[in-house]
Amino acid sequence: MSMTTRVSAYTLSIALIWSTGAFAQQMKAEVLHWWTSAGESASVKVFADQFTKAGGTWVDNAIAGGANARTAGINRMVGGNPPTMMQFNTGKQFDELVSNDLVRDVDQQAQAGKWRQIMPKPIVDATVREGKFFAVPVNIHGQNWMFYNTKIFADAGLEPPKTFPELVESGEKLKAKGIIPLALGGQPTWEHNLFRAVVVGHGGADMFRQLYGTRKPDVVKTPKFKETVELFGKMRGLVDPGSPGRNWNDATALVITNKAAMHFNGDWAKGEFIAAGQTAGKEYGCTVVGQEPKLVIGGDVFVFPATKDKAALATQDKLIQVLLDPATQIEFNKKKGSIPVRMDVDVSSMDICAQKSHAILSDPANQVESMEILSPPNFSGAMQDAVTQYWNNPNMSADAFIEKIVSAMRDAT
Amino acid sequence: METISIRAPSTPSSATKARRSARTRLPAAIALLPTALVVLVVYIGCMLWTVRLSFTSSTLLPKLDWFGLTQYMRLFANDRFVTSAENIVIFGVLFISGCLIIGFLMAVFIDQNVRGEGLFRTVFLYPYSMSFVVTGVAWQWFLNPGLGLQKLVRDMGFESFTFDWLVNQRMAIYTIVIAGLWHGSGLTMAIMLAGLRGVDKDLWKAAKVDGIPTWRVYTSVVLPLLRPMVVTATVLLATGVVKLYDLVVAMTLGGPGIATEVPAKFVMDHLFERNNIGLGTAAATIMLITVVIVLAPWVYARYVRPQGRHA
Repeated sequence: MSMTTRVSAYTLSIALIWSTGAFAQQMKAEVLHWWTSAGESASVKVFADQFTKAGGTWVDNAIAGGANARTAGINRMVGGNPPTMMQFNTGKQFDELVSNDLVRDVDQQAQAGKWRQIMPKPIVDATVREGKFFAVPVNIHGQNWMFYNTKIFADAGLEPPKTFPELVESGEKLKAKGIIPLALGGQPTWEHNLFRAVVVGHGGADMFRQLYGTRKPDVVKTPKFKETVELFGKMRGLVDPGSPGRNWNDATALVITNKAAMHFNGDWAKGEFIAAGQTAGKEYGCTVVGQEPKLVIGGDVFVFPATKDKAALATQDKLIQVLLDPATQIEFNKKKGSIPVRMDVDVSSMDICAQKSHAILSDPANQVESMEILSPPNFSGAMQDAVTQYWNNPNMSADAFIEKIVSAMRDAT
Repeated sequence: METISIRAPSTPSSATKARRSARTRLPAAIALLPTALVVLVVYIGCMLWTVRLSFTSSTLLPKLDWFGLTQYMRLFANDRFVTSAENIVIFGVLFISGCLIIGFLMAVFIDQNVRGEGLFRTVFLYPYSMSFVVTGVAWQWFLNPGLGLQKLVRDMGFESFTFDWLVNQRMAIYTIVIAGLWHGSGLTMAIMLAGLRGVDKDLWKAAKVDGIPTWRVYTSVVLPLLRPMVVTATVLLATGVVKLYDLVVAMTLGGPGIATEVPAKFVMDHLFERNNIGLGTAAATIMLITVVIVLAPWVYARYVRPQGRHA
């Protein structure tokens, strides 16, 4: 008796699993990404909701930490069991997936949607391989923003600096008043991010492109580069002793709590200000420091692992539609802190920093592609090692630092 | 290893006995086959694969070309790897010797039949139940000049008190040692205490009769008896040294600058973040060779030589 019940329960459960499997076959998208912080998961939920509305089933596979997520995803692709769609940063991270035919080309959709016309050229160039789109960009992040505390500057009777020499000057004045001039997350990544902001702001877009893009030693041997490096070195004096090892969001918090005046970060830092109930343009401001405001841009893309399964292909097509829908773009980017990847949408409902970002990027001359787009991870990693050594060792000369960059260019490209 | 130990007890005195033992040996061999396969394929196989990859120019995906010793030349020209190697020596020596000394002293203290022994044992062993990540974060807060110890003492009125090792390039690696000691000493204590409890009571009585001071009994009589415990503790601590990664990541992320980088972190970063499998596996191979060099004399002394003498 019990035997028969058990058998029937067994067959029933098998049948159930089988049937749900067959049902979900229709439009089930497993999405692998690393958006796990509060703001990030709220933003990815916008995509999920829109896809569900379009009749699909969104299976969220969030893996904390970009490197972990990418390793997991790449292993699955190589192993033949890929997710339906997977996140990467705009740039070189998925180069080898393209050259090994592991991801699908989406150029048909790109041409239908006129992506080449509506997206900034650096983003297009970073996504196109051999003349075809192999990924769908979803947002633009500006990486070299300077956030500042409006109250501190007003109290000190100072204007937010427009150039880096000015920044060092007003930084010294603020320091004399007992304020931390520059809040820095003293981890190699953020030290390197600050260095890049100085290079593009003081050295210019061409120097930035030559340093991270063509990677020829000539550029670092120019007097202008040395000057930039020394300027960066002077900024060591503007951070507080507690900086080494600090997380970036703790550094942002110093500005929020009126302890520090300035903070360089990508526009994702806005999430921290928003979470603290502050409004852009009121408690804090955002600006791009440099003779001409050049914005270093990167962002996120989704790739679609190659498959022959017709149902999966249709699901991927639907996902692409959802990702680039104008209303979805605005909603997603409001939560993410970035701006829409399509320049043809109306950003007037977004905050003042996003509007500024959109305005700067409207002139193609101000668009500078990010390090992730220009350099392979190997070189950016070697650069990061060099920058963090220089930053943390005040006795290291600019020449010794430049020598390290030359060897990074030689060994890590 | 396993197969050898199965064969050892059989005594081939006559043909029938040998046949019978072959019959009993077969199931045992089958039972151990999966383990043997796992050892061969997963451990040895992956090791060889890693070594092979270190001679290639692999970046994101493994690629089986021949790149000669270039990766090794790059590795030894790399400041960060050289610093990592120095750091692991500093950490290894201080961590192992420190844990042994502190662990032994704590065990001796508890062995004095103090009141509330259970409490002390728990308190001393408790840090070991924390993961290295928790340990790292806690010590990071505690040693941060703006948040922890330094601020506490300064707030109490000692304005000039400075303890900024965590953010000081030259001293940062010692903060990792401190956190490591806090974490590992308890385990060493537990092992040593088990040893102390196993020391024959008569030895103590004899020593007392001869009027030997207690400290002398500990150093000259008890400590030599504890040799197996010391070896066990050292081996356990040494594995912790080789795989040191999470503590550094949680506490300093290798900083300030590259002051607290360690080889395992170098390998992880290059394999998984920097798409540089070639350089990462070269560093892993150097780690493997170092471990073998350190272990070889010990294995020889412990296993190879005694066997040779008996035969």
